[in-house]
Amino acid sequence: MALEKKENAIELQGITKTFGSVVANDHINLEVRRGEILALLGENGSGKTTLMNMISGIYHPDEGVIKVNGKEVTINSPMDAGKLGIGMIHQHFKLVDVFSAMDNVAMGMEGKRVKPKELKERLLKLTEKYGLEVEPEKKIYNMSVSEKQTVEILKVLYRNADILILDEPTAVLTPQETKKLFAILRKMREQGSAIIIITHKLNEVMEISDRVTILRKGQSIDTVNTCETNEKQLTELMVGRPVTLEIQRPKCENVFTRLKIVDLSVKSADGTMAVKDLSLEIKAGEILGVAGVAGSGQKELCESIAGLIPVDKGAILHNKENIVGKSPREIANLGISLGFVPEDRLGMGLVASMGMVDNILLKTYDKNKGIFIDRKPARKMAEELVKKLEVVTPGVDTPVRLMSGGNVQKVLLGREIESNPSVLVTAYPVRGLDINSSYTIYDLLNEQKKKGVAVLFIGEDLDVLLQISDRIMVMCHGEATGIVDAKTTTKEDLGLMMAGKRREEA
Amino acid sequence: MDFFVNFFVAAVLAGTPLLFGILGEIINEKAGHLNLGVEGMMSIGAVGGFVVGYWTDNLVFALIAAFVTGMLGALIYAVLTVTFMADQNVTGLTLTIFGIGFSNFVGDFVREKSGSTSLKLPEGILDSLGKVEIPFLTDIPVLGKLLFNYNIFVYLGVAAAILCAIYLHRTKAGLNVRAVGENPAAADAAGIPVTKLKYLNLMLGGGLCGIGGAYCSMIICNGVWVTSCVNGLGWIAVALVIFATWNPNRAILAALVFGGFSVLKYYVPQVIPSSIFDMIPFLMTIVVLVVTSIRFSKENAQPKSCGVNYFREER
Repeated sequence: MALEKKENAIELQGITKTFGSVVANDHINLEVRRGEILALLGENGSGKTTLMNMISGIYHPDEGVIKVNGKEVTINSPMDAGKLGIGMIHQHFKLVDVFSAMDNVAMGMEGKRVKPKELKERLLKLTEKYGLEVEPEKKIYNMSVSEKQTVEILKVLYRNADILILDEPTAVLTPQETKKLFAILRKMREQGSAIIIITHKLNEVMEISDRVTILRKGQSIDTVNTCETNEKQLTELMVGRPVTLEIQRPKCENVFTRLKIVDLSVKSADGTMAVKDLSLEIKAGEILGVAGVAGSGQKELCESIAGLIPVDKGAILHNKENIVGKSPREIANLGISLGFVPEDRLGMGLVASMGMVDNILLKTYDKNKGIFIDRKPARKMAEELVKKLEVVTPGVDTPVRLMSGGNVQKVLLGREIESNPSVLVTAYPVRGLDINSSYTIYDLLNEQKKKGVAVLFIGEDLDVLLQISDRIMVMCHGEATGIVDAKTTTKEDLGLMMAGKRREEA
Repeated sequence: MDFFVNFFVAAVLAGTPLLFGILGEIINEKAGHLNLGVEGMMSIGAVGGFVVGYWTDNLVFALIAAFVTGMLGALIYAVLTVTFMADQNVTGLTLTIFGIGFSNFVGDFVREKSGSTSLKLPEGILDSLGKVEIPFLTDIPVLGKLLFNYNIFVYLGVAAAILCAIYLHRTKAGLNVRAVGENPAAADAAGIPVTKLKYLNLMLGGGLCGIGGAYCSMIICNGVWVTSCVNGLGWIAVALVIFATWNPNRAILAALVFGGFSVLKYYVPQVIPSSIFDMIPFLMTIVVLVVTSIRFSKENAQPKSCGVNYFREER
């Protein structure tokens, strides 16, 4: 399909959308041309997803005009969007888990049913054309995150969509998978598709996009050509003030061993060894970073420290007292406070349908005397958190599921810190967060370190780990392949250890 | 041999109303709605079919009436849960209570109007409710009596089960319905009209339940109006959906097995009070619920979004 390049595929004029009293989009203008990749950059809650949901028919704008291929259109449902050639890949995949890739592609298609054999052939042709890797008959629940994303892309391609919207597609991908995705996007650009990619990873913006439109607080601030800008300028446009991109690393003081892990072995849910003979010292007044490919046993390590899963072998000594075998509540009652931020913020960390106040109460109610719950201290703490961490929420009783990712994370971490932990375990605390929120979180962690808390920081971004940690432990298949000094280590060294090469302790 | 044949035939007859109820509930749950109103929809269909049969003396009209009234019962549920997002469990329970009450009211009202103490279906329709013999097939020894010697409902039920299975697993519409029940947001994003499909399938399920109800009022009660004639079968049907693992073909087996349990008391020596046999189907339901909840299979499980209403703009 030879499409005229450089003509506007989508044009938004004065789009406004409000939810109750919150203005999510305030007279936004945006255009994306054929044969280009437009990055939509903005902090959490700046209205990126809301805007895209209006193009894909999930929401309906209160005001403003949407033009597709130069013609004014009304998009009332995802079905309308599909007919206009618009396909969206949502941050949370819209796939049916128990269906095969084929069924997911076939569902909702107009016209006659395509025979499975023919459908499979067509899909294989598409995968060949764009260099996708996917097995048509594989069930979604057996797929990795990147495979699921490929199915989403396949869905869009099969529908001949030539306007593609991707909502934070790389948030869940490894660097290698991201590279693959970008190759596919470039191929689609060559074919004349118009692509909008929502992200807040600046290096990706610089790498993939042709132009960048920046949103801030629901307004479109500026649109710049990628080749004429740099990361610093983009950050300033996004945040609205000059920002330094360096992470502080305060000097360690009064360092002593807080938590000593000896020969720890833990089995994962499916019975395989997730952590193997791991020995480690976590020291007060320092941040110990943990690097490793996702699924190398980080989750099990965290959960065994927090007392959430049984330990197979070994000991976890907190001030020389073994905490293995104790329940999370017992660990707290012994005066050992573990601040635990699980990987899945909403799934395990907070109760989605409860407000900030009640979520804080979850941690403190057992210290409450009498049979009635006193909400006043929790409410006070919630209000303090909102002020201190700049949490954006309509109120402290608003269910946390209605808050954006960054704000949820602030609430979660803030609550853990308020309980004055002596050891703070955080897993991917900045996953999916924008720059500003990420830096708030880094500051919080550094503040804890200065207070003499032993911080375990499980991260995915090696640059960040190298900047914020004092020491870094690298995990590979459940084993510690090395514990190194962050100040003298390079990214390449970490990469080698992540792949299994051993290194003496620093 | 005769003993076994008689028992099998009795089990089939007792299982048929269950079969319609199970199929109706499977269709509902596949569309993402746990409808606890099966008992109610069956009751409404029972009185709808019976009264129209009484007035018209025509089985076809009676069946259509049972289907349509069952659908209308489901429509109440659909409006409340799909459009107004009411809680599915509460709405279903309410539909059951309402349906039984409505059914008893209308049935008793018509009986009082007729001026006699009991309301009996006319001869013509009673004739057509008898066994339908199929030339040649019914004459096969043993097998003919076992499989081809039933009233019209039984054949309808088996046909409905097979058609439901084809609908759900072999057609495009069925694929879309299953997508809606599993993940309505994904279905919506794929361009499937979620609300429309929910309405249509809830009503289709309601219609099937209605026919099951008509079986209770017209066959089980021998054509005489009895209040509360469905008598708990709707509840067993809801539980049996799990036994059938949401598979319309397996619904036939589920209905047969539980039909067998419910007539067991007539076929075993009476050494203990027969009330125990009234208890067995319910006891078995509990056992089935426990066993099936242990089994772990992703495909043969309740649709993921079953019981959760869908609101597109929810974040």
